[in-house]
Amino acid sequence: MSDRTDTPEGTEALLTRTQSAGNGPGNPEVAADASASKAGKIPFMKHESAMLHVTGRALYIDDMPEPKGLLHVVPGLSAKPHARLVSIDLDAVRALPGVVRVITAQDIPGENQTSPVHAHDEPLLATDLVQHVGQPIFAVVATERAIARRAVRLARIVYEELPAVLDIDSALENGGALVWRPLTMERGAVEPALEAAPRRLKGRVTIGGQEHFYLEGQVAMAQPGEAGEMRVWSSTQHPSETQHLVASVLGRPHHLVTTEIRRMGGGFGGKESQANGCACLAALAAELTGQAAKMRLDRDDDMVITGKRHDFRVDYEVGFTDQGDILAVDMQLAARCGWSADLSGPVTDRALFHADNAYFYPDVRFRSLALKTNTQSNTAFRGFGGPQGIVAAERVIEEIAFATGRDPLDIRLRNVYGTGTRDVTPYHMVVEDSISDLVMTQLAERCAYRARRDALRAFNATSRSLRKGIALTPVKFGISFTATHYNQAGALVHVYTDGSVQVNHGGTEMGQGLHTKMVQIVMSEFGLDAQNVRITATTTGKVPNTSATAASSGADLNGMAVLDAVSQIKARMVTFAAEKWQVTPEAIRFTPEGVRIGESLVPFRDLVWQVYFARISLSASGFYKTPKISWDAATGRGRPFYYFAYGAACAEVTLDLLTGENTIDRVDILHDAGQSLNADIDIGQIEGAFVQGAGWLTTEELVWDKEGRLRTHAPSTYKIPACSDRPAIFNVTLLEDAPNREATIYRSKAVGEPPLVHGVAVLHALSDAIASLDGYRHCPGLDAPATPERLLRTIMQVQARAAQGEPS
Amino acid sequence: MRETIRFFLGDRLVTLDDVAPDRTLLDWLRHEGRTGTKEGCNEGDCGACMVIVARRRSSSEISGAEGEASRGRAMPSGVSLRAVNACIQLLPMLDGAAVFTIEDVGSAEALHPVQQAMIALNGAQCGFCTPGFVMSMVAYRNADTRSDDDAAIDSALAGNLCRCTGYAPIVRAMKQALAAPDSSFEERIRTLDDRLAALEDRADVEIETAQGNVFLPASAESLAHWLVAYPQTLIVAGATDVGLWVTKAMRSLPRVAFIGQCADLATIEETEDGLRIGAAVTYEAARAALARILPDFGVLIGRIGSTPIRNSATLCGNIANGSPIGDGPPALIAAGATLHLRRGETRRSLPLEQYFLAYGKQDRREGEFVEAVSVPRQKEETFYRSYKISKRFDQDISAVLAAFALCRDDSGRITEARLAFGGMAATPCRAPRAEQALLGQLWNETTLEAARDALAEDFTPLSDMRASAWYRQTVAANLLTRFYEESQGETMRLAKAGSLTHV
Repeated sequence: MSDRTDTPEGTEALLTRTQSAGNGPGNPEVAADASASKAGKIPFMKHESAMLHVTGRALYIDDMPEPKGLLHVVPGLSAKPHARLVSIDLDAVRALPGVVRVITAQDIPGENQTSPVHAHDEPLLATDLVQHVGQPIFAVVATERAIARRAVRLARIVYEELPAVLDIDSALENGGALVWRPLTMERGAVEPALEAAPRRLKGRVTIGGQEHFYLEGQVAMAQPGEAGEMRVWSSTQHPSETQHLVASVLGRPHHLVTTEIRRMGGGFGGKESQANGCACLAALAAELTGQAAKMRLDRDDDMVITGKRHDFRVDYEVGFTDQGDILAVDMQLAARCGWSADLSGPVTDRALFHADNAYFYPDVRFRSLALKTNTQSNTAFRGFGGPQGIVAAERVIEEIAFATGRDPLDIRLRNVYGTGTRDVTPYHMVVEDSISDLVMTQLAERCAYRARRDALRAFNATSRSLRKGIALTPVKFGISFTATHYNQAGALVHVYTDGSVQVNHGGTEMGQGLHTKMVQIVMSEFGLDAQNVRITATTTGKVPNTSATAASSGADLNGMAVLDAVSQIKARMVTFAAEKWQVTPEAIRFTPEGVRIGESLVPFRDLVWQVYFARISLSASGFYKTPKISWDAATGRGRPFYYFAYGAACAEVTLDLLTGENTIDRVDILHDAGQSLNADIDIGQIEGAFVQGAGWLTTEELVWDKEGRLRTHAPSTYKIPACSDRPAIFNVTLLEDAPNREATIYRSKAVGEPPLVHGVAVLHALSDAIASLDGYRHCPGLDAPATPERLLRTIMQVQARAAQGEPS
Repeated sequence: MRETIRFFLGDRLVTLDDVAPDRTLLDWLRHEGRTGTKEGCNEGDCGACMVIVARRRSSSEISGAEGEASRGRAMPSGVSLRAVNACIQLLPMLDGAAVFTIEDVGSAEALHPVQQAMIALNGAQCGFCTPGFVMSMVAYRNADTRSDDDAAIDSALAGNLCRCTGYAPIVRAMKQALAAPDSSFEERIRTLDDRLAALEDRADVEIETAQGNVFLPASAESLAHWLVAYPQTLIVAGATDVGLWVTKAMRSLPRVAFIGQCADLATIEETEDGLRIGAAVTYEAARAALARILPDFGVLIGRIGSTPIRNSATLCGNIANGSPIGDGPPALIAAGATLHLRRGETRRSLPLEQYFLAYGKQDRREGEFVEAVSVPRQKEETFYRSYKISKRFDQDISAVLAAFALCRDDSGRITEARLAFGGMAATPCRAPRAEQALLGQLWNETTLEAARDALAEDFTPLSDMRASAWYRQTVAANLLTRFYEESQGETMRLAKAGSLTHV
C-alpha cells in the first residue's frame, strides 16, 4: 500500500503498474496513450441502472424496507431570520399522541456542529441564537411522519428579534461581515493599466441564485447497532463527511459509523454538505431512542432549510482598445453566502478562478467578498461559483462589443487565451491548451451563426412586438478540486472465483452515470461483459476517507483508482500466467473472448480459478491522486487545475416586447469531453446541464420577503424548466479527436459542471434581442435571472433611452 | 348505501371500509409497498408520483373520441386512461376506478414500449422522476389526442419535472414509443371495461372513521340532501387545491363530500345558446367543448395546471374555491358566464363575477353547492381573447390572467366590453373604468390609450413572488394593447403563449 500512496506522482506509479501488466512501456505519457487507445474499444453501456429506473425497481433511501419500529424525524424551524431564543416551550409537541421524543441541542452527546469546513459556525440545532428563517431548532421523533409534521407546529417559541441582513446590498451597507476570508488574484498592475487604456468603462451585473431541486429531497435513515455502531443510509454526495459529522455529533470515533448510498435522486451539489443535517438528526434520533429512525424532509422544508447557489453582485471595470482588445480588468465579486461558511469560501474562490472565462486579461485584479446574511447557507451547486464568474466575464465582453460596435463573437475571438503567449491566468497558471477559438469558430460555422445573425436583424427591423436575438458564448472550465487534498480517490475491486467482479469506489451516483463509467473500465480491462461486473453501493466501510463526488471529478479520480485496483489484480494474474504458460507478460492480453496467453485462449473464469488455487489474492484496493496541481490562496498563485474542459454554445431566442415572455428557438452546442468514456452519458450531461443553466438565468427566481422568508419554497412558486422550455431545436455535439492532453482515465475529460455554463448563451441572446430596440448601440445591461418581468423592465429602459435623445 | 370504497389496483380488487377523507393515494400506495411511485413535492407539481387512473368513458366521451381523427393505433376502448398526481388524489376519489402504477405497466422481463424507449434513448439519469414520466407517457400513448407533434408531447409531459436530462431524450423516447405496437398492458386495458362496469352500483357511499367522514353521492340529488343535513361538509371534486390543505397545511378534513363521480354533475350540455358544464366535469373533459365556443380559451386551457392536474381539476372547482388567481374565472367572466347554485331543491343563478365577494369570500350560502356553469355562445361580432402571463409557460400560476370580449356596431362603436382579470385584485373581476372608457367609442389607438390609463385606476395589484405590482399593472395594460393589435389583424405571437392558428 505505502509504495503507492507515498509516490509523489500517483499517475506514474499507477502507469508503471499498468506496464507490468503488459499494457505499455515505461514512459507514463506513452503508457497513458496505450490506455487511451482503449477508449475506442471501451465497451458501450447504457446507464447501469436504466432497467431499474424505468421499471420503478431502483431503490432510493425512502424505498428501502423499513426496519421494525422505525421512527420518523421532522425538524422544528426558526420563524425569524435573526433572533435570540428567549424560550422554547415544547410541551404541546411532546403531548401529541405518537410523539416518542423531542430533541434539542442539549440532547446532543457529542459536538453540536456540522460545518463542513470546520468553521464551527453551524450548529446542528440552534441553541440561543437563530440566524435564518428555516434554521432547525428542535426535532420531533414520532411513530408516523404525519404525526411528527403536525407536532412541530405545536411548539411555542419566543424570539427576541435582532436586525437581519438579507441580501448583498444590505450586507455591504451594514459593515459587510464575511463568512470566509476574501481572496485576491492579481497579475500585473491593474490601476495604471486602466488609467492608460484608450477606453474604459465600469458596470455592475447581478446574478441570481438557484435552488437545486433534486427530485429526491434530502433523506437519511439510521440504524443503531451493537457496541455503539451506527449505520446511516444517507442521500449524500459526500459519505465520508457525513460519517465524520455523524460520529462527531454522537461523540464517537469514525470507525463506529458507516455511511452508505446506492444512488441519489439527483444531487447537483445540493447534497455535498446539505445532506449532513438529515443524517445527523436521524442518527441522533436513533441513538437517543435505540430504534431505527428516518428523516425525509418535506419539499417545502427542504427548500427553506438548505442552501442554494450563491447569488452575486459583480462590480467591474475594464480598459480596452478601440478594436475591442482587453487591456485590464478589475472586478469585485460579492456573494450572498447565508448564515454560515459552509462551502462559501471555495465557491467564492472558484468564482474568481472563472471570472476570466476563456479570456486573457493583460493586467487584472479580482477580489471576492463572501458576505454573511441571515438567509439559508448557500452551498455547492454545479459549477460551484464558476458560472457566476463566467457570467461576469461575458458581461464585460458584451460591454466592449456594444461600446466598439462589433459582433460580441469577434470580441470573444480577439481576447481568448493564446498558446505560448497571452496564456497566463489571473492565478498565474499557464493555459497550455487553449482551444476556445477553435471551438467557437467550428461551432459558428456549423450553426451558421453569421448568416443567422443577419437574418434575425432583418426580422427585427420590421417586427412590431417580437424580437429575435442570437449569441455564441464559450466556456473554459478548470478541472480539479481547488482544495488540493481532495484530489484523491480509492477503489476496491474483488474478483470472485466464478469470474464475476464486484467493484466499489469512493464516488457516489446521483444520475450522472459515474457508476456506469466505472463498470465500463472494469469491463474494458478484464474483457468482461456487463453481467459479470457488479457495482455496489458506495460505503465508507469499503473505501474510506473519500472526497465528495463534486467538482466534476468523479470519473477522473475514481476511474483512475478503479484502474489501479484492476491493474494490480491483472498484474498478479499475468505474473501467474506468464510463469505457468512460459510466455512473456507482453504476450498476455485480456480480451472479450477470454485471456490470450501466447497462442492459447483461456476463459477469464478459468484463469481466475487457477490463480485462486495458486493462493494469489484476487482483491485489490486502488488509489489515485491527481498529479501536477498546487494552489496557495495566500499568494493567489499556483496550478489549481490539472486541465481545462472547453465548449461553446449558440442560442437563438424570440422575445415578446409587450410581456417579456420568450422562447428558446434553437441551441447548438459543441463540447469537449476529451475522449469520451460514454458518449450517450456525456451528451445527456450536456443537454441536462444546458437546460439547468438556462433555467438558472431565466425562470428560476428565488424571492425572499422583508421578514426573511423564502417565498419560492416549492415547485408551485419556484419554476425550473419544464418540458416545453427545452430549445425547440437542440443540437449537441462532442468535440471530435480531442483526447485530453493530460493522462486522465482513457484521456477523457470531466463533464459534470462545464456544460451548465452553456446556458449563458441564452442570457446573451435575450440581451441581443433587447439591444435591437436602440439599434444595438448600448449594452442593455440585462441581469439574471431574466424573468419575463426583468426582461420587460429592461426592454422599457432601452426603449425609453432610445426615445430620449437618440433619433434613429 | 355502501360503506366501502372499491377500486382495482392493477388486477387486484381493493375494498376499503376504514378510509379517512384525508388519506392520499400516494401514501397508501407506498404503504402497500408500491415504492416505484415517488414523492417529489407532495403538491402535484413535479409528477414523480404519477399513476394512471382508468375509468369507463361516459357516452359523450365516446362519441367525442370517435369524432377525433384517431391516428394509427386501435380505436379508443370504452376505458380512458388518465395520468394523475397520486400525492393529491384523496383515496376515496378512486372509488370505481382502476389504478395502475409503474409496477403494473411492465417488468424487466417484459418491458412496455415506453420503458424500452426510455432505456434506448437515455431518458433516465438519476431515475427518480422516471416512473412518473413513464406513467404520463403510457397514458399519452393511449390518449385520443396522441400525436408525435412536439407541442402536444410537451403538453402531455408538462406535469412531470426532470432536473437531469433537459427533457430532450424523454421526448425522443415518447416519439419512439408512439410508433410501437400495443403491449400486454394495453391488451389488459381492453378487457377492463367489464370489470369496471361490475363496480358500478349507483349507490351513495358513506364511511365514518375516527379521522373523519366520507360521503360519495351517486347523484346531485343525494348531494343536495346531504348538504342540507350537514352544511359544514367540505365539497371536493378534483382535490387539486384541497389536496394541498392536507399535504402542506396539515389540515384535518372532518367531513367531506367527494363529488367527482357524481354522474349527473359530470355532464356537458351543448345547446344553441352555449354550454352548461356540470360541477364534476374536469378541465380536460371540458376542453374540447369550451374550445368550440371560445377557441382562444380552449388553447389557453392547455396552460392551466398540467395534463394530470386538468385530468382531476374541475372547471367549477376552480370557480367555487374563489381563488384570485384561478385562470378559469376571468376567462369565463369575459365570456359572460353564469353560475348555477343549488340548495336542496332551490336553485339560483348569477353572473359569474357576482359570485366573488371578497378575498376568500364567495356568495355560496349554507348548504349550497355549485351545480354548473353556463358559458354562452359568443355573438358573431364579438372579439374574444384570453392571455396568461406567468414566469414559466407551462404549469405555472398566473401573475396576470386577462380575458377580453368586445362588440362593435355597424358604425364601429363599441357596444359591449368585458375586460376580466385574475391576479390583479383580491378576486377575479372586471375592470369597470376601463370598460367605461371603451363603451360608445370607436375602437382605435386613442380609445386604447384611454382604456390603458383607466386600467391603472381600476386596480392596485400586489407584489409577490410571482410578480411585482409594477409588472402586473404594466403587463395588464400591454395585454390590452395586444388585444387591440390582434383585433386589427396582428397575428404575431410567441407560439408557446398560445398560437393564433385556431382563430
